[in-house]
Amino acid sequence: MIKLLSKSIREFRKESLLAPLFVTLEVVMEVIIPVLIAELMDKGIDGGSMSAIWYYGALLAVSAILSLIFGGCSGHFAAIASAGFARNLRHDMYYKVQEYSFSNIDKFSTASIVTRLTTDVTNVQNAYQMLVRIAVRAPVMMVASLVMAFLLQPTLASVFLVGIVIVGFVLFYIATHVHPVFEKVFRIYDKLNSVVQENLRGIRVVKSYVREDHEVEKFDKVSQDIYKNFTRAEKMVAFNAPTMQFAIYSCMICISWFAANFIVAGSMTTGQLTTMISYAMQILMNLMMLSMVFVMVTMAKSSTERIVELMLEQPDIRDPEDPVHEVADGSISFRDVSFSYAKDPNKLALRDVNLEIASGETVGIIGGTGAAKSSLVQLIPRLYDVTCGQLLVGGKDVRAYGLEDLRNEVAMVLQKNELFSGTIKENLRWGNEHASDEELIRACQLAQADEFIQRFPKKYDTYIEQGGTNVSGGQKQRLCIARALLKKPKILILDDSTSAVDTKTDALIRQAFLEEIPDTTKIIIAQRVSSVQDADKIVVMDGGRIDAVGTHEELLKSNQIYREVYESQQKGGSEHDA
Amino acid sequence: MTPNKEPRKNLVQPGIGKVIRRLLGYVVGRNKLRFVAVIVCIIISAAAGVMGSVFIRSLIDDYITPLLQMANPDFSNLIRALMGMGCIYALGVVCNLCYQRLMVDISQQAQRDIRDEMFAHMEQLPIRYFDTHTNGDIMSYYTNDIDTLRQMLSQSIPQVFNSAVTVVAVLCAMIFTNIWLTILVLIGVALMLNVTKYLTGQSGHFFIKQQISMGEVDGYIEEMIHGQKVIKVFCHEEKAKEGFDKLNDELCHNATQANRFSNMLMPIMANIGNLLYVIIAVLGGTMALCGVGGTITLGVISSFLLLLRSFIMPINQISMQLNSVVMALAGAGRIFKLMDEEPETDNGYVTLVNAKYNKETGELEETEERTNLWAWKHPHGDGTITYTRLTGDVRLVDVDFGYNPDKIVLHDITLYAEPGQKVAFVGATGAGKTTITNLINRFYDIADGKIRYDGININKIKKSDLRRSLGVVLQDTNLFTGTIMDNIRYGRLDATDEECIAAATLANADDFIRRLPDGYQTVIDGDGSSLSQGQRQLLSIARAAVADPPVMILDEATSSIDTRTEAIVQRGMDALMTGRTVFVIAHRLSTVQNSDVIMVLELGHIIERGSHDELIAKKGKYYQLYTGAFELE
Repeated sequence: MIKLLSKSIREFRKESLLAPLFVTLEVVMEVIIPVLIAELMDKGIDGGSMSAIWYYGALLAVSAILSLIFGGCSGHFAAIASAGFARNLRHDMYYKVQEYSFSNIDKFSTASIVTRLTTDVTNVQNAYQMLVRIAVRAPVMMVASLVMAFLLQPTLASVFLVGIVIVGFVLFYIATHVHPVFEKVFRIYDKLNSVVQENLRGIRVVKSYVREDHEVEKFDKVSQDIYKNFTRAEKMVAFNAPTMQFAIYSCMICISWFAANFIVAGSMTTGQLTTMISYAMQILMNLMMLSMVFVMVTMAKSSTERIVELMLEQPDIRDPEDPVHEVADGSISFRDVSFSYAKDPNKLALRDVNLEIASGETVGIIGGTGAAKSSLVQLIPRLYDVTCGQLLVGGKDVRAYGLEDLRNEVAMVLQKNELFSGTIKENLRWGNEHASDEELIRACQLAQADEFIQRFPKKYDTYIEQGGTNVSGGQKQRLCIARALLKKPKILILDDSTSAVDTKTDALIRQAFLEEIPDTTKIIIAQRVSSVQDADKIVVMDGGRIDAVGTHEELLKSNQIYREVYESQQKGGSEHDA
Repeated sequence: MTPNKEPRKNLVQPGIGKVIRRLLGYVVGRNKLRFVAVIVCIIISAAAGVMGSVFIRSLIDDYITPLLQMANPDFSNLIRALMGMGCIYALGVVCNLCYQRLMVDISQQAQRDIRDEMFAHMEQLPIRYFDTHTNGDIMSYYTNDIDTLRQMLSQSIPQVFNSAVTVVAVLCAMIFTNIWLTILVLIGVALMLNVTKYLTGQSGHFFIKQQISMGEVDGYIEEMIHGQKVIKVFCHEEKAKEGFDKLNDELCHNATQANRFSNMLMPIMANIGNLLYVIIAVLGGTMALCGVGGTITLGVISSFLLLLRSFIMPINQISMQLNSVVMALAGAGRIFKLMDEEPETDNGYVTLVNAKYNKETGELEETEERTNLWAWKHPHGDGTITYTRLTGDVRLVDVDFGYNPDKIVLHDITLYAEPGQKVAFVGATGAGKTTITNLINRFYDIADGKIRYDGININKIKKSDLRRSLGVVLQDTNLFTGTIMDNIRYGRLDATDEECIAAATLANADDFIRRLPDGYQTVIDGDGSSLSQGQRQLLSIARAAVADPPVMILDEATSSIDTRTEAIVQRGMDALMTGRTVFVIAHRLSTVQNSDVIMVLELGHIIERGSHDELIAKKGKYYQLYTGAFELE
């Protein structure tokens, strides 16, 4: 796990090493300072020598300044190292996600990928910064102080050891026992947040049914749960500081007693007494730091795990070894195709599909929700791979093509479509980076989008907000169609892409397709019979199978589902989807 | 712990004093005794610490030095002194533990109270508030702001307080030990604080920048990952990487700057402390040797150096905590702002009561039992009370309305819906269809005109009672985490299981519910992801059915369902509609065809009204819609 993450350090290896190095130097200086002070007190003040005072004073000043510089440097390098590491980590994760296939994305869900890339990386960044500095500083400081203490006064120093063991044990005990409670608290927090979220989304329902009090009660219950657990955890943590104090005070008294004896016996100086107390405090303080680091690092652990999970995910659709670059034509052939999202033959979304589509044909697909219409067409640009059987495009298995080559020839307008923040032009150029303005307009005319774009004050330079919220559903759909057209594909797939477009415009779009891009194979998934009834063939899907294939007239005669759908829509004369 | 998504727009607000006072109200106000105990404990524990430092002086001057001069050293005095010290220390430790634990109680309680009050208040806010604030913004009160508050209450405040007490105690001890050295120390500390201020200012500046670019990166990631499938379809991966790298590099730069300054803070402060230490040692030593500045002994210097440590440490702590305190106060300010939002006002005095007909007089009268007969209880100014039977007669007369007073979106809306009638609204998005229903259940109040319910001005009706008499089924089903049964019962909390099942049966939902693994006890998520859209809609119809209101509002209830599924949902819906006054909003004209009256809305005006046949015959806008010549969006 660590090994995988450490790959992202890369160019910041130098800083990542310099930070702990400078921390160590800083520690050395800080450990020397108490010794120098002891010397100053004993030789200078006690010995009554002005020159000794100045000599040691100067040494002390130099040490403090050096310590400051080293400390500053370590902070500087730690900042570069951790921010850089986070940058590389985000970069690596983001690039990894770009390799993901649809099924990889489905597996994680969008929200979870976003959290991993943002919050989790920040957690790891903070932990890393801690690791290269405090996590080095604390133990080094402890060891160095202990060594110095032993050099000065072995008997007294062993008192420290006892203190360290006791405090260390208590701190460790608390840290390990509190952690699970905190984890639990955070889980309850999630519950609390989901109550709030449900209320925000459903506020109209809450208010309509006058359920405010009911909801408040629900919230208070979760809130009380948090209170109880949090209090329990924090009360355990509350032992930290007193334990620490207890240890320091005990050391002070022991030191005072032993030191008095030693000094009277002549084996220790008064200056050394102060030094020993300084060391005692330094050691115990850093022990405390260490336990803090421990807690922080364990907190970052779950973030690390989530990140690693994302990095280890293997994109399950890759370019073949020796890819074919040319897609010969727009013919499509499904041969005994079965497909399962879970790659589990027992959970098939599509079963035994056999379908031949000639190049240039217009094919309509119709069926209820859950009939697997989208699943079927998503196999064509190899957004998913078939589980069994074979799918040929242009006479070759889709798995033989280079992914980019295939997808450049198979343009698809997804059901859940997205525009991106940027101008209309920028959005359209997703289809073809080098498209000229004339080409853009041409595509928009085909998609019946030019007319409304021209009515915008800034025309093709109109800025689209994130998620395309400033254009209507129908306009968004037409822009998405235009964007796909700009690819000049051999196969064009519209997955329920004109549902918000009125029937007249819908008909105009299909008319334009027929006249302007006759050689392109067109596959149209629709809810409305009117969108597909002129197609060369209509595929009726039901429950993951092809129920029937035929023309409008044939199906009306022979197919019950088709007739039902047709009739349910005839009753209203026409119908308009949201 | 919680995602910190957007850079908050207003990091600090004015009126911090007020916020602190109010916050203290939660912390202190409800725990006065405990808080006093905390203060006492903190003072004792700080005093114990200070006494320890002072003790070193007497250890050296009063015990060790005399002992050195004795031929036969007698340690009994020292033992007594040490034992005395031990007791003081013990007291200090106990007090420390006490206040730490008390503080946990106090701060956790304060947080819970704030949390609960905030939510309870939020539930009381008018729909307008939710319409004008994004869910994400409101959500961040619960995630970010409560979280910073938590850190401040449970960590920063006790630490700052403890440090402050320590600083004062140590200062007294220092002055008591030696005034000249103390002055020196104060000058040094002033210098140190200035450096700190400069550094925190610098890092604060970059932290804000870091927050902003963090927000940009987060936003970019969110947009791209949401559109990831589109990226794949268009082979746009490389471009998406390019845009990301640019923002990521900028974030890295700002994060480096911000962290660099804050990282340097600790070593710089610690070492200025060290330098001060050196200066005191040197000057103190010189003074001791030259005999200036009173009687400076070795013990004085030793304990002064220790005091200096205990002086600088809490000052460092305070300055480090200060930043998070300011952040938390800003958060608290935002929370209080939410809590100060004007709640939904309700001056209604007409209430809905169970009623029965008096057998003798034949008049309506109030009753305790559940009679399935409801009446509006209308107290008048002269002390009389009239009862009006609840029938579901809704009239709008010359209603004008605007979400903003200067932008009227509904003009002169007049319509009558008699009990049992079905009234449909047709029109493009923004024509004002949903707005009309928002007015009927008083999510918003009309600007001009009148709305009467069973002949009573709805402004006089208590909002909760008005809403109980209206059922809604919306396009977004909004189910709640819990069992299917709970979700149906949401319509009427005292409904029995049988009533819920009956409602589900009526709504055509019983079939699919029984096929679920745990039937009615199946637990569903709030977003109902385990159910199909049609199933969710059937549940929300069942929910409305169990409430059994005389008036129903169906707002695009079937828009997101395919036509074949709609047929099933429609049957449930038809069952629900019989015998009720129904307002239907729909895109699909098939849904509204059989309405008693159809209103075609355009830009807030009713431009056509009549039955389906009348409107077809009229060959107006409705006709055009019907024949598909127009697009509804």
